Amino acid sequence: MTPGAADGGAAGGAASHLSRLRSRHLLSAADLTAEEVLLILDTAGAMREVGTRPIKKVPALRGKTVVNLFFEPSTRTRTSFEIAEKRLSADALNISAATSSLVKGETLADTARNLEAMAPDIIVVRHQASGACHMLADICSSRIVNAGDGMHEHPTQALLDLLTIRDHKSTFAGLKVAIVGDLLHSRVMRSNVVLLTMLGADVWVCGPPTMMPAGIGRLGVTATSSLDAAVDGADVIMMLRIQLERMSGHFFPSLREYHELFGLSRARLARARPDVIVMHPGPLNRGVEIASDVADGPYSVILEQVSNGVALRMAVLYLIAGVTEGVD
Amino acid sequence: MATRSTPAAGQPPVLLKGGRVVDPARGVDGECDLLLRDGVVAETGRDLPVDGARVIQIPDGLVVCPGLIDMHVHLREPGQEYKETIASGTAAAVAGGFTGVACMPNTVPVNDHAGITSMILRKAAEAGLAHVYPIGAVTAGSRGEQMTEIGALRDAGCVAISDDGHPVAEALMMRRALEYASMFGIPVINHCEDPSLKGDGAAHEGHTAAVLGLRGIPGAAEEVMVARDVALSELTGGAVHIAHMSVAGSLRAVRSGKERGVAVTCEVTPHHFTLTDEQLTYDTNWKMNPPLRGSADRDAMLEGLADGSIDAIATDHAPHHADDKAVEFAEAPFGIIGLETAIPLVLDRLLHSGRISIGRIVELLATNPARILGLPGGSLAPGAPADVTVLAPDAATRVRKDTFRSQARNMPFEGWQLRGAVAAVLIGGRTVYVNGDVGAASAFDKS
Amino acid sequence: MPVVMEAGRISRALMRIAHEIVERNRDVEKLALVGIRTRGVPLARRIADNLHGIVDRELPLGMLDITLYRDDLMRHTVGPQPLLRHTEIPFSIDDRHILLVDDVLYTGRTIRAALDALVDFGRPQAIQLVVLVDRGHRELPIKADYVGKNLPTAVRESVQVRLVETDGADEVLIQQPAEEELT
Repeated sequence: MTPGAADGGAAGGAASHLSRLRSRHLLSAADLTAEEVLLILDTAGAMREVGTRPIKKVPALRGKTVVNLFFEPSTRTRTSFEIAEKRLSADALNISAATSSLVKGETLADTARNLEAMAPDIIVVRHQASGACHMLADICSSRIVNAGDGMHEHPTQALLDLLTIRDHKSTFAGLKVAIVGDLLHSRVMRSNVVLLTMLGADVWVCGPPTMMPAGIGRLGVTATSSLDAAVDGADVIMMLRIQLERMSGHFFPSLREYHELFGLSRARLARARPDVIVMHPGPLNRGVEIASDVADGPYSVILEQVSNGVALRMAVLYLIAGVTEGVD
Repeated sequence: MATRSTPAAGQPPVLLKGGRVVDPARGVDGECDLLLRDGVVAETGRDLPVDGARVIQIPDGLVVCPGLIDMHVHLREPGQEYKETIASGTAAAVAGGFTGVACMPNTVPVNDHAGITSMILRKAAEAGLAHVYPIGAVTAGSRGEQMTEIGALRDAGCVAISDDGHPVAEALMMRRALEYASMFGIPVINHCEDPSLKGDGAAHEGHTAAVLGLRGIPGAAEEVMVARDVALSELTGGAVHIAHMSVAGSLRAVRSGKERGVAVTCEVTPHHFTLTDEQLTYDTNWKMNPPLRGSADRDAMLEGLADGSIDAIATDHAPHHADDKAVEFAEAPFGIIGLETAIPLVLDRLLHSGRISIGRIVELLATNPARILGLPGGSLAPGAPADVTVLAPDAATRVRKDTFRSQARNMPFEGWQLRGAVAAVLIGGRTVYVNGDVGAASAFDKS
Repeated sequence: MPVVMEAGRISRALMRIAHEIVERNRDVEKLALVGIRTRGVPLARRIADNLHGIVDRELPLGMLDITLYRDDLMRHTVGPQPLLRHTEIPFSIDDRHILLVDDVLYTGRTIRAALDALVDFGRPQAIQLVVLVDRGHRELPIKADYVGKNLPTAVRESVQVRLVETDGADEVLIQQPAEEELT
C-alpha cells in the first residue's frame, strides 16, 4: 500500500495504466515508450485545469529548485518552463549564457559541476550542441530535462505538439502528418518523427533536398520535396521555422523561391483534409514558411500549442520529479 | 620491461631459436633461427650454431617477424607535451609491437623546418625506444600557401611530407608538391578531405548522425580528393600516399589508379576496419577524422585489406588529454589513440576471422610501410636492422587503458576482449619490450 | 478477507448521513459536495442523490484530485506515483458550505491535502468532512463530521472500500497483511 494514499483503499482502480516514467531524465523522445508518452499526455491533460483556477498554483514541487540553464536565447521555451515551474510552486532560477561563466571560457562540464554543488533538483537545459544534455546527465545527480540540444531533439516541444493533435484528432494511428521545412537542422522534426511514428502516424517529411538529412528514410517516414504531395490529404501540417541565415550555406537561393516551393499558402492548404490542423513551433516567419492568412486562419492551432506547452511542461516536471530510481 | 638504451657495439650476439619466422619481403614463412649481431641481422637459417650468442628459445605458437612500422602517428612533441611526448609515444609504440613510427608534422610549431626535424630525432634518440621517422610539412605551417624546403627536410631526416590534419586543399599546390618531392624520392602523404564538403561536420553523414543531430561529413568529401590526387600523381609521376582511407569510393579510385600504374599507395586504420558509425553515441572517444563510416564502407576496407589493394595498416595514433575530450561532441577534437590496441585488433579481426594470412599482416605492417617510406627495416634479410617483433597470435588480450604507456586514454575499445597480442620487441638486437601477460615472457628475459 | 460492510449497510449508512446533513444545515441551498478521487466521487454522487430525495434539490457536485497536494513527491517512497487525474469543480466554492467526501479516513493526510486544494479554489464559509469508514490512527488533528462506520483496525491491516461504480460491487473489506510479511 502506498503511504501517501493511505486514506483510501488504494489497490485496484486505474492500475492498468502506467503511473510513472522509468528514467529520471528526459533527454530524448527516443528514450520514451508509447505508454510513457500517453502517461505524459494524460498528466498534461489534468494539469490544464490548474491554469483555469483563480489561484494558478499547486504545491506539488514546493521546496524544489529547478534551474533553467539556457545557453541559447529562447524567450518562448524558457518562459513556458518558468510558468510551469511556478505553477507547481518550484523555486525557478534562470541562468542564461549571457550571464553565465561560459562566456569566460568555462567548460560545460565545469558549469555543470558548479551547479551541481548547489544541489538543484531539476535542471532544464537548452544548449547549441547536440548531446549536451546527455553529458550533463552523466555528470550531475540532478534530474535533467532537455529543452532543445543542438540539432538533436526538443522532446517537450514534440510532446506538446502531440497534446495539441490529440485535442483535435481521436487517434494518432493512421493520421497523415506532414512536417515541412528545414529538416536537416530541426530538433523539433527529430523528436516529432520519433514520437509520431511510435504512435502509428503516417509521417511525411518535406523540404528541399539540401535540407534533408542523410538516411532520413530509415526513420520510418516518407520523404518528399513536393509540398503538394506532402499536404495532399494531410490531417496535420507542421511547418518548421526556416533560419534566415541558411541562405548563406547554399541551402536555398532566396526567400522568394523558398516560399514559392515550401511556403504554406491557402491554395496549398486546400489539398489537405477539410479538418486539417496547421501547427508551427514558432517563432513564425510570416510570408516565408507560412502565409499570414494561414497562420491566423481557422485551421491554425499555433496558439493552442503555446498554451499546451505550459501544461505539458508541468506534467513532465511533475513526472520527472516523481521518478524514484532504484527502489523497486 | 622497456629499457632505455641505445644499441651498443660489443654486446653479445642474440640468437632467436626455433620460432616461426614470417618475412614476406623474402617470401619466408617457416621455422628458422635468426642471429642478430651489431645491430643487424647477421644470419638466418635452420639450426644456427650458438657460438657464444645469448639464446632466446622462441616458444611454440609465437611468430617472429620484422619490426612493425606504424607509418602514421601523432607524437605531439614539440608543443603539446601535455597530450603525449616523444618518450611516452615511443614507449607506447614498442608496447604495441612497433619498432618504428612515422610522426606527423602537426606539432606546435609545425615540423616545417629542418631544425624541428632534428630536434624530434634528438628527442627520439634520447628516449631510445622505437625509431622515429619524422614526416615534414608540405607547406609552411601546413597553411597551404608556401611550400616547405623539402630538400632540407629530407636531409634532416624526414621520410615523407604531409600536411596531415589539413588536406592540401589547392590542386595546384598538390601538383607542385608531388612534382617537387619526386626529386628527393619521398612520397606526399595526403589527408584527403574536401574542406568545403566537410564543413563543420563531426560524424559520418548518414542515419546515425541524423538521429544524433550531428553535422555530417559525407564519404564523398574524402573520395573527391582521393580521385584528384590519383589524377595528379598520374600527371606528375610523383608518389602519393592516401592517409587513413575510410570509404569504398576512395578505394575504387586507388584501385583504378594502381591498374594504370599510378604511384599511389594507401593505408587504413584498425578502427576503420573494425567499427562503424552505427555504434556512435555522444562519447567523444568515438570521434575521429575521418569519422567511422557505414558498414558497406567498413566491409570495403576489409576487402581491400584482403585483396591487396590496401598497402598498409596505420593507427593514426592521436593522443588527446582527457580535458580536451570532456566537452560537447561537436567541440571535441578529432582522434583516438591506437598504438597499443592495433595488433590485438589486427590479429582478432583479420587473422582469426580468416580474412588474411599472417604473412599479409606482416606485409601491411612492416614490409610495405618500409617500402613506401624508403626505410631500412621491413625485412629480416641479412644486413637488415635487428628490429624484430614477436607476435603471440593466440594470446588473449583484454584492453585496459590503465596499462597503456601512452599518456593519453582516448579510445573506444576499453574492456574489449581480443585474441592476439604482442609478445616481445627487439630493436637493434636489444629486447625493449616483453609482454608479461603472455605466458612465454620468461624466454625473453633480458640479461 | 472479512467483509465488514456489505451493500445494504453501505446504502443505509449513506442515507443516514444524508439525513444528518439536512439536520445540521439549515441553508441547504448553500451546500455543495466535493468528492475526493477516486472513491469519494461516487460516494458524493450517491449522497447528492439521497439529498435530492430528501430536500428535492440538485446540489452542485465537484471532484477533486489531491495528487498535486501530496507531501511525499520526491521523498523516495516505495511504490508507484499516483496517476494525476482531472479535478473538476464547475462552480464557485466561495461562501458555500462544502461537504468533502472520501471513502476511508486514516492518517488524515489526504484530507489535509484536500483542504489545501479547496482553499486554492476560493473561500468557502465552512467545510464539513464525510467519510464512509473511519479506521482510526490519525496523524493529524482531523475529525470527520459524518461517519458511515467507525472501524477499529490494526495499522498493519488495510481497509478496502469497493464500489459498484469503480469496482463492480459494494463492500468494505479488511485485509490482513500478506503471509510473508508476518514471517
